[in-house]
Amino acid sequence: MRAEAKLGLALLLTPLLLWLSLLIIIPHINMLFIALRERVAVATYETSPANFLTFFREPLYMWTFVRTALMSVMATVITLVIAFPVSYYIAKIAKGRRKSGLFLLCLVPFWVSELVRTFGWMILLRETGVVSNVLQYLGLVQGPVEMLYNDAAIMVGLVYTSMLFMVVPLVTTMESLDDAVIEAGYDLGGSGPSILREIIIPHATPGIVSGSIVVFMLSLGNYLTPTMLGGKESLWFTELIYSQFIVRFNWELGAAFGFMLLILSSVIVWGMLRLTGQTLEKTMG
Amino acid sequence: MIPDLECVDLKKQFGETTAVDSVNFSVPPGSFFSILGPSGCGKTTIMRMIAGFLEPSSGDIQIKGKSVLDVAPNKRPVNMVFQHLALFPMMTIAGNIGYGLRRAGLNKAEIDRKVGDALERIGLPGIGNRKIDELSGGQKQRVAIARCMVLEPDVLLLDEPLGALDLKLREHMKVELKALQTAFDTTFVYITHDQSEALVMSDQIAVMNHGQFEQMGSARDLYYRPETRFVAGFVGDSNRWSGKVERVQGSEVELRTERGMLIRGNSHGRSLAVGDAVDSFVRPEAIVVAGKASDLDQFDTRISGEVSSLLFNGAASRILVRDDQGDEIEVTLPQSGEYASLSRGDAVHIGWSGEQSNCFAAEAS
Ligand SMILES: Nc1ncnc2c1ncn2[C@@H]1O[C@H](COP(=O)(O)OP(=O)(O)O)[C@@H](O)[C@H]1O
Ligand SMILES: [Mg+2]
Repeated sequence: MRAEAKLGLALLLTPLLLWLSLLIIIPHINMLFIALRERVAVATYETSPANFLTFFREPLYMWTFVRTALMSVMATVITLVIAFPVSYYIAKIAKGRRKSGLFLLCLVPFWVSELVRTFGWMILLRETGVVSNVLQYLGLVQGPVEMLYNDAAIMVGLVYTSMLFMVVPLVTTMESLDDAVIEAGYDLGGSGPSILREIIIPHATPGIVSGSIVVFMLSLGNYLTPTMLGGKESLWFTELIYSQFIVRFNWELGAAFGFMLLILSSVIVWGMLRLTGQTLEKTMG
Repeated sequence: MIPDLECVDLKKQFGETTAVDSVNFSVPPGSFFSILGPSGCGKTTIMRMIAGFLEPSSGDIQIKGKSVLDVAPNKRPVNMVFQHLALFPMMTIAGNIGYGLRRAGLNKAEIDRKVGDALERIGLPGIGNRKIDELSGGQKQRVAIARCMVLEPDVLLLDEPLGALDLKLREHMKVELKALQTAFDTTFVYITHDQSEALVMSDQIAVMNHGQFEQMGSARDLYYRPETRFVAGFVGDSNRWSGKVERVQGSEVELRTERGMLIRGNSHGRSLAVGDAVDSFVRPEAIVVAGKASDLDQFDTRISGEVSSLLFNGAASRILVRDDQGDEIEVTLPQSGEYASLSRGDAVHIGWSGEQSNCFAAEAS
């Protein structure tokens, strides 16, 4: 009986373990090995931290790294600021069909592939695009305006792509807040802002943190949006990794970059959890 | 004396449905006023209008003589204890009680002092730093009341606050709520669907049905002199007979039940005519049990039957008596215990005087 139970458990866990080891643990260990070797001659390698040293010595790499982190944090903050009132409206004010309709609206962009979605933005923002034409037609600008290939365009694309991943956890946590608790706040003399600060935000913190983690990671690891909307010069860290692996065939440096990205996201997520006093179990459970 | 709370012709419509219909009442300072009615009759709607969360369709709400219709809920001198308490789970107990004081802009020392006082008053001193979910149901209840009382509201509204508690605790909290009301010396407006809560605690009770007040009065009035058929059936337990009036003399009535039995009743001033369909209500404790028929000579309605069930409940034990027609009548046994040895199937005689009954014209159906 016990043996059977053990077998059942083993069978249940097998896919999970396979997934973990094949897709996460083994590639990362492998990547670490690759990152830690240096090509000294054709097909001869030595173990050394040279690749990591290259990363720290080259200002362009460092700058791209820092810039990607800052832009991702900013995208997360902007997404949160936009998603919070939207989620509040969906969770607490909208009723019935309007509610499900709004929720669906957040989902609609995901019915087309990321590539097509990003092209949509390009059609809107490029020099001969919709926005440029409308502005010219209204006489607000002389001549066509290029709105692609700058940081603002990247930001727009990142926020747009991330919105759903912020709205879903926020709506879920806010829905679990009893309306009567908000009313009790008003009844006891609270004003709108104080209720937001003392009741709604503390209650929604797990949702805010888990949404922010997801959005931050997605932005940090996004390749398509920064490349397409930001152009060749967008200086996004994933592009650097891509070019090392695919263009330069320098897997050693690419792997070191990959590891730096992993460390960066881990550190920022850990810092975020510490800062808000949350634990991973609390936010994800 | 200016009443603490007065509602004038209060009305609330939700689309086609009228949830509250022309309700008038006033609550004198320091009293315990209850609104008693079945679920869905509009009690919460009245509360929410007083607290300011709903706007009346028409009518006026006055607190200490001043209309508060234009006052926002966070500025009204009333506070509410919500049905499920709605404590702030993200704050400590002291945080909950101090919330309103902080919003009122008191300084920290004063808030701490008042919160400490309030905790003492509700019998939970020194636990301010604990979390809300460490409290038992009854303690949460007291914190919810203290959270309102520190603000010294003119009127405290309580929306079925005992509904979530188990029976034993509810019995205990009934007594405690009344004591808290006396201790804080504040006007309480209490709503409930549980008549025993209303009867035990209230100075005044309004019985509500379908959005209207059926009767307003003391527990004693409602119990012994119900003015409407609904009140007679809703407040306390009653035996009910339906029949047709055969004879009317003053306020004495003789009616023939559907099964052909002749019983006497009293209309207590309501106009009834021969031939009217009526319902007669008699309390179980108004009926006297006897072993011999001759012991009941002083009563004008007498029935013989046999005991069909014993409902033992200590001093409030009752029996069900089945009469010749097969109707079951609930009778309270005397507390002296002289019938404690009755058992099922025993023949008994019961009787009551028509004066003890309340007859109402039956609802046209
Ligand atoms: N916001 C609302 N919209 C529509 N109908 C409502 C609303 N609130 C209450 N009602 C209706 O008003 C009636 C009274 O409700 P309520 O005051 O909650 O009753 P009670 O508290 O006595 O159980 C019910 O029939 C209910 O369906
Ligand atoms: Mg209610």
